Amino acid sequence: MKKEEKRVHPYIPNSAPKVKASMLEEIGVKDIYELYEDIPKNLRFQGELNLPEALPSEYALKRHVEKILSKNRTCRENINFLGAGCWQHYVPAVCDEINQRSEFLTAYGGEPYEDHGRFQALFEYESLMGELLDLDVVNVPTYDWCQAASTSIRMAGRITGRNEILVSDTISPERLLAVKNYCRPVVAVKMVKHNPRTGLMDLDDLEAKMSTNTAGVYFENPSYLGFIEFQGEDISSIAHKNGALCLVGVDPVSLGIIIPPSNYGADIVCGDIQGLGIHMNYGGGLGGFIATRDEEKFVMEFPSRLFGITKTSVEGEYGFGDVAYERTSFAVREEGKEFVGTHAALWGITAGVYLSLMGPKGMVELGKTIMQKSQYAMKKLGEIKGVKAPLFESPHFKEFVVDFKKTGKTVSEINEFLRKTSIFGGKDLSEEFSELENCALYCVTEVHSKEDIDKLAKALKDYLER
Amino acid sequence: MGINRESKIRNFHQAKWDEPIIFELSKEGERGILIPEVEKEIEDCVGDGISLLPENMKRKKAPALPEISQMRVLKHYLRLSQHCLGADFNVDLGQGTCTMKYSPKINEILARSPEVTELHPLQEKNTVQGALEIIYKLDTFLREISGLNRFTFQPGGGSSAILAMASIIFAYFDVRGEANRRDEIITTIFSHPSDAAAAVVKGYKVITLYQGEDGLPEVEALKKAVSSRTAGLLITNPEDTGIFNPKIVEFTKIVHEAGGICGYDQANANGILGVTRAKEAEFDICFFNLHKTFSSPHGCGGPAVGALGVTDELKGYLPVPVVEFDGDTYFLNYNLPNTIGKIRGFLGVFPVILRAYAWIMSLGAAGLKEAANVAVLNNNYILKKVKEIRGASAPYAAGRHRIEQVRYSWDKLTKDTGVTTEDVTCRMADFGFHLWSSHHPFIVPQPFTIEPTESYSKDEIDEYISGLKRVAEEAYKNPEKVKNAPYNSVVHKIDNSTLDDPDKWAITWRAYLKKHKVKRQ
Repeated sequence: MKKEEKRVHPYIPNSAPKVKASMLEEIGVKDIYELYEDIPKNLRFQGELNLPEALPSEYALKRHVEKILSKNRTCRENINFLGAGCWQHYVPAVCDEINQRSEFLTAYGGEPYEDHGRFQALFEYESLMGELLDLDVVNVPTYDWCQAASTSIRMAGRITGRNEILVSDTISPERLLAVKNYCRPVVAVKMVKHNPRTGLMDLDDLEAKMSTNTAGVYFENPSYLGFIEFQGEDISSIAHKNGALCLVGVDPVSLGIIIPPSNYGADIVCGDIQGLGIHMNYGGGLGGFIATRDEEKFVMEFPSRLFGITKTSVEGEYGFGDVAYERTSFAVREEGKEFVGTHAALWGITAGVYLSLMGPKGMVELGKTIMQKSQYAMKKLGEIKGVKAPLFESPHFKEFVVDFKKTGKTVSEINEFLRKTSIFGGKDLSEEFSELENCALYCVTEVHSKEDIDKLAKALKDYLER
Repeated sequence: MGINRESKIRNFHQAKWDEPIIFELSKEGERGILIPEVEKEIEDCVGDGISLLPENMKRKKAPALPEISQMRVLKHYLRLSQHCLGADFNVDLGQGTCTMKYSPKINEILARSPEVTELHPLQEKNTVQGALEIIYKLDTFLREISGLNRFTFQPGGGSSAILAMASIIFAYFDVRGEANRRDEIITTIFSHPSDAAAAVVKGYKVITLYQGEDGLPEVEALKKAVSSRTAGLLITNPEDTGIFNPKIVEFTKIVHEAGGICGYDQANANGILGVTRAKEAEFDICFFNLHKTFSSPHGCGGPAVGALGVTDELKGYLPVPVVEFDGDTYFLNYNLPNTIGKIRGFLGVFPVILRAYAWIMSLGAAGLKEAANVAVLNNNYILKKVKEIRGASAPYAAGRHRIEQVRYSWDKLTKDTGVTTEDVTCRMADFGFHLWSSHHPFIVPQPFTIEPTESYSKDEIDEYISGLKRVAEEAYKNPEKVKNAPYNSVVHKIDNSTLDDPDKWAITWRAYLKKHKVKRQ
C-alpha cells in the first residue's frame, strides 16, 4: 500500500510533490490539513475509509469491471420481449456517435455563447418533438415518464386551482407509485375503472367521479397494457365540460401512424423518449417529455428549462436562451414552479438526432412495422392451446397482454423455460393487477424478426402443449 | 514565429459554422435511416398493420419532421457539438458548485459496453447479477463514505434526491400521525435552490435562514425557527460559499431536539471525502451527486444520479426496490414497510452508477482523500490569486481558508467600471473559458463561484486566473469592450428581450415560424 501512495494518480495532476509544495508555499501553509481549520476535530473522520484496495492502473480497473459485467446476460444474445416502460428499439449508429462526443457529454451549465450548440441541439429536440406531438411547447427533458406524468398533474392542479386528479387504472403501477408520492399531500389521486373486456376507460365511472375539485384526467395511449384508447375525444370533452384538463401519456414511437393526443383534446401531453434512439441501459435510458399549447397559462407552469430561439446583435445570427426563466426554482427558489436541476439533457439531444434521421417517412414506416410485427406475434401466440393473445379486445400497439391462465403453468415457470431457450418472456402481471393473474405483458418492436417471433411461438408451444 | 507562451491567454476562437436550424436542411425525399423490413410472410399474414386502427385514431398527415440524408444529419450535430465547450475542452473551474471534474474515458468505454446498454431493467435476477453487484457494492462504498446505512440510486439528480428526502420526512411523520402538524422545512440561503423548492412540492412551508456576518447561518436564528411544526432541515455544508459550518452538530442537535429530521445536501462533497462524514455530523439522510463528486459526466444536464443514503431507522422508507445480497445471489427487495414508493422508473441510471463505481475503485480510500485534499489545495490557491485581481473580492470569512469552492464578487468592479458579472462571463468566452454567475438570489452582489476540483493542473489554473485578470484589466481600461463581448465565441450578444414576452417567445421552430411570420421552406 505504501508504494501505491507514492504514485501520483493520473486523475490528480497537482498531487505531484513539487507542484503541491509550490502551491502550499504560495498559500502560506505547511500542510493541506491546515486548510481544513474550520472542521472541528470531533467531526474529522479518523483513519482510512474501509474500501476495497484501489486499482489505479487503467488495465487492472478495466479487467475488474469487465469481469463483473460479464455476469450479465443481455438482450443481444437473447431475444427480448420485455417492455413495460423501457423498450428495445433499434438505436441508429449516428445517435451513439453524437452522444459520446466529449463536447456534449462533458458540458453542463455553459452560457448560450460558448454552449450555443447545447442550446441549439435542445431547441431542435423541442421542435422535432413539437412536430411529432403537434404542439408548440416542449420542455428540455425531465428525468423520465414517472416525473413527466407527475409534473403534468401538478401543472394541471396549478392551472385549474383544483386538487384532485383522476387517473386511468390501467396506468403502469410503478408510474402510479411515483405519481402518488409526488402528489402527496397536495393533490389527491383517484382511479377510474376500465372495461374488463376492452381495457378502455369506463366513461360512466369517469363521469361519476368528476367534480368541481377535478384538476384533470390522466390516461395513457397506448396504455401500459398495450391497447389503444380510442375514446380520447370523449374523455377530453368530459374533462373540459367539468372545467378540468385532459392529460395524456403517449409513446412517441407510435405517433407516425396514430394521431397525437393534442388532436383529440389533450391539454398536456407527456411520456418517455427512451424509445427514440436511446439504449435501454438497464433502465438508465429514460427521459421524460412534457408538451402543451403555446399559451401563457400553460408555459408559466412548467418547472423545466424551456430553450427559446431569438436573435443576436449580428443580423442573421440565431441566439438561444431560457424562456421565462423567472418561473423556475433556479431564479426564485421556493417561489418557483416545482424544481429544476440536472435531468436528462443528453438523451434529449439524442432523441433529436433520432427524429432528424427518421424523418416523416421513417416514423410512419416504424409505426406500421411495429403494428404488423406485434399483430403477427399476437396471432402466432393466440394459436397456442390455452393461450389468449391479446387478452383485451382492442387494437394494440407494440405491447399486448398474453393470458396463460388456461395453460396450467405460471408466468414464472413459462419464463424460466423460455430463458433456457435464450428468450426473455414478457413481464409477469400477476402481482400488478388482480384480474391479470398468470398474464404477461409482451413487447414486439421493429427489432424482432419473423424468425424471432416464430422461435418464441415454437418454444411456448413445445412447453405448453407437450 | 510560434506561439507566445509568455502570455497565458490563448489567441482563441471557437468554431463557428453558421449552422442552420435542422428544419432548414430538409430536402423532400431524402432519408437518414431505413428501418428493418417486414418479412413478406408477416405482411401476407396480417396485412398493412394499420387497417386495424379505428379511423379516428389514424394520423392523416405524417409529422412535419425534416427529411435529411444521414451524413448531413451527422455533420449538423457534429458542428453543433463544436459549438459547445465541454469540460474535456476547457479549464472548467468557472461552474462552481457543480464539480466539473475529469470523467475518465475508461469509465465511458465500460458504460458503453453491451453488458450495460443492452440490459432490460425487468430481466430476471440471474441474468443481471453483474449489474446488481455493481449497484450493491457502490451502496456499500457510499455507506462507508457517509457513515449512513443504506443507499438508493433511484433519484435522477440532486433535485430528485432532495424531493426523495422531503418525501421520506413526510412519510416518517405520516406514520406517526404528525404529518399535518409538522409542516415546516428549514433550509439556508446558501444551500441549493431545490432544497427550498422540492420541499414545497411536498406541501411544506419553507423557512430560510440567512447568513450572519461570517457568511454562515446563525445558531440563534435556527433556535428561533424550530418548533413543534418543524419536520426537518435540508442543508448544505460546506455551503455554496465554500465555508464549512463548524457548528453543524449544534444545528442537527437543535433540529433533533425539536423532533425534526436532518437531511444533508451533499450534491457536492468533493472537498471532504474521507475527511468528514454525514454520520459524525448526526444527519439522518444525505445524498451525493454521482455526476459531480463521483465523476460521471454531466451530459449537458443529465442523465444523472442523486445517490440517497439513510440511517437504519429510515431504511424502511426508501423507494422500492433496493438491491440485497444473500451471500450468493443479488436480488431486488420490494418489501419495505413504509416505502415512499417510486421516485423514478426502475433502479436509476445504471451507466452513471457504473462510472461512479469505477472511479472509486480506481482511487481507493487514499485516492479519494487525495482527490479531496488536492481539490481544497487548488481552491485555496485560486482564492489567494483571485483576491489579488483588481475589482474582485471574496466576501465573508476573511483570512480563513475555504473547502472546495468560493463565492466571489465583482461588486467593486461593477461599481468602478459598470462591468457586471454577466459581462465578465461573456468576455471570458472569448478566451475559451466558461464563467458562471451563481444561484439566485444574488446575496453576494455580482457573484461568481469557482470550484477547481482536483482535475486541473496548476498551469491550467494559472491560465484561467490570467483570463479573469485580463478581463478585469480590460474593464478598467475599456469597459465597453467587455460589455459588448463576446467577439470570438460562436455568436454575438444575444437579444434576450423576446424570451420573456409571451407574444414573441418561441420554444419550438414551428412556434417561431408562426409568431415571427417566417415562411416555412
